[in-house]
Amino acid sequence: MARVQVHLWSGLRRLTDGAEAVEVEATTVGEALDGLIAAHPGLEPLIEAGVSVVVDGEMTTSRHQKIGPENEVYLMQRLKGG
Amino acid sequence: MAKDEFKEFKLVGTRPDRPDGLDKVTGRARYGADISAPGMLWGAVVRSPHAHARIVKIDASKALAMDGVKAVVTRADFPTGLTGDAWNLQENTMAGERALYDGHAVAAVAAISKTLAEDAARLVEVEYEILPHVTDVDEAMAEGAPVIREGAADATVPEGMHPNVVKYMEFGRGDIEAGFAEADLVKEHTFKTEAAHQGYIEPHACLGQLGEDGKGEMWVCTQGQWYIRKMCADVLGLDGAQLRVTPSEIGGGFGGKTTIFMEPLPLALSKKTGGRPVKIVMSRSEVLRATGPTASASMDVKIGMKKDGTITAGRAEFRMQGGAFPGAPVDMALYCAFAGYNVPNLEHVGYDVLANRPKCAAYRAPGSPMAAFAVESLVDELCRELGLDPLEVRMKNAVKSGDQASYGPKFGSIGLVETLEATVAHPNLQAELGPNQGRGVAVGYWFNHSGETSVSMAISEDGTAQVSVGTPDIGGSRASIALMTAETLGIPYEDVRVNVVETGALGVNEPTHGSRATFASGKAAVEAARQAIGEMCRRAAKEWGIEPEAVEWVDGAAQPAGPNAGEFPPMTIAEIAGKMGSTGGPISGHHESVPEGVGASFGAHVVDVEVDPETGRTTILRYLVVQDAGRAIHPAYVEGQYQGGAAQGIGWALNEEYIYDDQGRLQNPVFLDYRVPVASDLPMIDTVIVEVPNPGHPYGVRGVGETGITPPLPAIANAIQDAVGVRVRQLPISPPRLLAALKAKG
Amino acid sequence: MSKIHVTTKVNGDTVEFLADPRETLLDCLRDRLGLTGSKEGCGTGDCGACSVTLDGTLVCSCLVLGAEVQGREIGTIEGMGGDDTLHPLQRKFIEHAALQCGFCTPGFLVAGKALLEKNPNPTEEEVRYWLAGNLCRCTGYDKIVRAVMDAAAEMRGEAA
Repeated sequence: MARVQVHLWSGLRRLTDGAEAVEVEATTVGEALDGLIAAHPGLEPLIEAGVSVVVDGEMTTSRHQKIGPENEVYLMQRLKGG
Repeated sequence: MAKDEFKEFKLVGTRPDRPDGLDKVTGRARYGADISAPGMLWGAVVRSPHAHARIVKIDASKALAMDGVKAVVTRADFPTGLTGDAWNLQENTMAGERALYDGHAVAAVAAISKTLAEDAARLVEVEYEILPHVTDVDEAMAEGAPVIREGAADATVPEGMHPNVVKYMEFGRGDIEAGFAEADLVKEHTFKTEAAHQGYIEPHACLGQLGEDGKGEMWVCTQGQWYIRKMCADVLGLDGAQLRVTPSEIGGGFGGKTTIFMEPLPLALSKKTGGRPVKIVMSRSEVLRATGPTASASMDVKIGMKKDGTITAGRAEFRMQGGAFPGAPVDMALYCAFAGYNVPNLEHVGYDVLANRPKCAAYRAPGSPMAAFAVESLVDELCRELGLDPLEVRMKNAVKSGDQASYGPKFGSIGLVETLEATVAHPNLQAELGPNQGRGVAVGYWFNHSGETSVSMAISEDGTAQVSVGTPDIGGSRASIALMTAETLGIPYEDVRVNVVETGALGVNEPTHGSRATFASGKAAVEAARQAIGEMCRRAAKEWGIEPEAVEWVDGAAQPAGPNAGEFPPMTIAEIAGKMGSTGGPISGHHESVPEGVGASFGAHVVDVEVDPETGRTTILRYLVVQDAGRAIHPAYVEGQYQGGAAQGIGWALNEEYIYDDQGRLQNPVFLDYRVPVASDLPMIDTVIVEVPNPGHPYGVRGVGETGITPPLPAIANAIQDAVGVRVRQLPISPPRLLAALKAKG
Repeated sequence: MSKIHVTTKVNGDTVEFLADPRETLLDCLRDRLGLTGSKEGCGTGDCGACSVTLDGTLVCSCLVLGAEVQGREIGTIEGMGGDDTLHPLQRKFIEHAALQCGFCTPGFLVAGKALLEKNPNPTEEEVRYWLAGNLCRCTGYDKIVRAVMDAAAEMRGEAA
């Protein structure tokens, strides 16, 4: 597995021991989310409630999407619309 | 994919008659309230007249004693033990221990006629103990404010905040203090917007039937039949697949019909009457009092700018109340706040706050219009003070494809620069302005959305095609999906029929929301058509005795791909379809996914206004919408989205607002007093469709529905300052408010 | 409450129904006669979705009681076109994409027809003021006004 950096929003620092970006072992989006929860269990209710993961500017649509150290990964609040 | 790689299209980009046009100009189209069922009962809802009250007792005996009254339901008839969003939906559908806002449902009645049901509802006696209430967002989070619900906050809220703050967020980049220090001018102001209602002309309507066996059916006006199914199943404790939901034609939604309000009630009443169908149609005042308007907002914004127009830093702190439940779109508002600008130093802070108002629902680009009002107004103030052209400043700071968005990740393909170039070039910018007239500009943004999508396409025996989609057609999406399907199949537009189908006919679909119908259902329809084309090529190959790879699809027919494939005349779709029964059976295509490649859309608006200094009334003289559509599949309906979004934004800017009295009762729950724009309020709305194709869609589509409501709020405020020299930082800029501002200026 | 027997003419046909004295003409058209083309958007005469003609006069059918129409003549959207043709307004609404959700459309068409019968050559401003009693939330009115103007021109025999 490769180490992937996941950027969080800074409001989550309280739940991540002050980190705004967290490195996790992951090869997929799902593994990255699971890795975040393993590293910082306080994130679990938020991630379970639904978040958006943006990889290289593209909203991911699958937990199975492959990611690696070269990808830019952002966690965002769940987006929808009117 | 660059622009010039798109080939010429036969159908995409044309303006044929919409397939459902005839039904809709003859009165035949069937909307939510238009269907009745054998043995049907009518339902009516008993609603709280208090903003916040404990429900001491509900006595329905007088109502039930009436001849023809069949059932009454209260919260006691609903399952218990729900949590999270399901509990919120249930609590909003029917109050439990307390009524949380003026109009909150506390009971419902079913009777053999509509008038009888209404009479019976009036006879349901509810004893209330009135509690302190709060409707203003700043008051709701202040010390001592009445607590709407303990323990509603999620894990994001730091300790020590008022229990009404249920979600907190914070993000940014760079060093904002250093950024402000670098600026030549820093300005900071507070902006406020009032709640506005989506104002669809069709009130919510639902016909529901539910048997003792847990099997049920619904006919309902909704943006999303699967959302209705899941939400009703959750609230009533039913199995999703046992509930069959058919969407009616829908008389507007704008986000407000992506959720449930009273829809579980016909089912609950039906079950209590032995499974008789029950119809509930809301009145307009029920719609305004008890269905989702948008949030109200109180926003502090601070921006630093250099003399040359470079924005060095920005800070936005937004507080929004979305009623008595979590869900104000403060997160999306913050994401959109500086989305159009490359700003190195940013800080965003947001609070989602409970108040004694109806549960807010999505409204066209939820959150973005409020954010734009605050940020785009302040940018305009900075431009004015520094003597800079507002469009040049936007161009100077504009984000481009690949730039890091203000909310974090980098942008995919976007067309803000092209949009601004087209705006600057438009003749409206050269129009002469007279006394008390002014011009305002503003930019708006929306992400657009994809979502779960399932589409089926089947070829008929005569070579025509039917497409089943799960996204209700609100603004012409049948036409755009038929155009793309026909283009892909190489057949006439008229040979395609697009059906919006019930939940039993497809996999789960998200609603028509997030500007996704033409993008997502369209993309899935194209994939389904391609699948069918593959099958038809295989059928032709078998007939000809050649390899399927040696067959290509051109203009609605299979043909050998080049001279080496063999000499056969093209086999048309009708010929292949006519033989389907003896060549392998039905020919269809099916696609389900969460389509990737959503393209975001920027828009720029330019408005000219005239202010009557005697009355404070603002007249819109000229209005221009310029927006990136990626590619306009049916340009007339793209223009329609631009014009409709602008009109809604104009209403929000100038007239529309929720007015509460000191008892927390809504004072204007009718269209006479909740005043949406009428034909005589508006001029023609000029449009320019910019096309920077979205590489994530086979025909380049970006969603176009939502961005258009965003810029009018600030553009109008900016134009009013240009006209009469006063800056109004609170919406709506209604005649009394503007008159007061003019008088204060002297 | 006992009901009132009403005989009236709708789109040229003689019809009968029993009306609760509190029921509006709109309720009776929709729920007693099955003519659901007229819509209820507000019930207070503010939105025009229920527009019909009563003895040739444009009214909001939600502001008329069903019991009032004894012996009158009512025109609704269902009677607007001919047996096999559309009224020019109906055609122009489709051509100009003057509808999105379509819910307000019947009211606009009935009101538009009443306008053109009174004033075959209205200015844009006259169209806008005549239709100010009809709310549309989808279109911003631009294409509706164009469709009415274009239909008027066609009905006057002018080239579109």
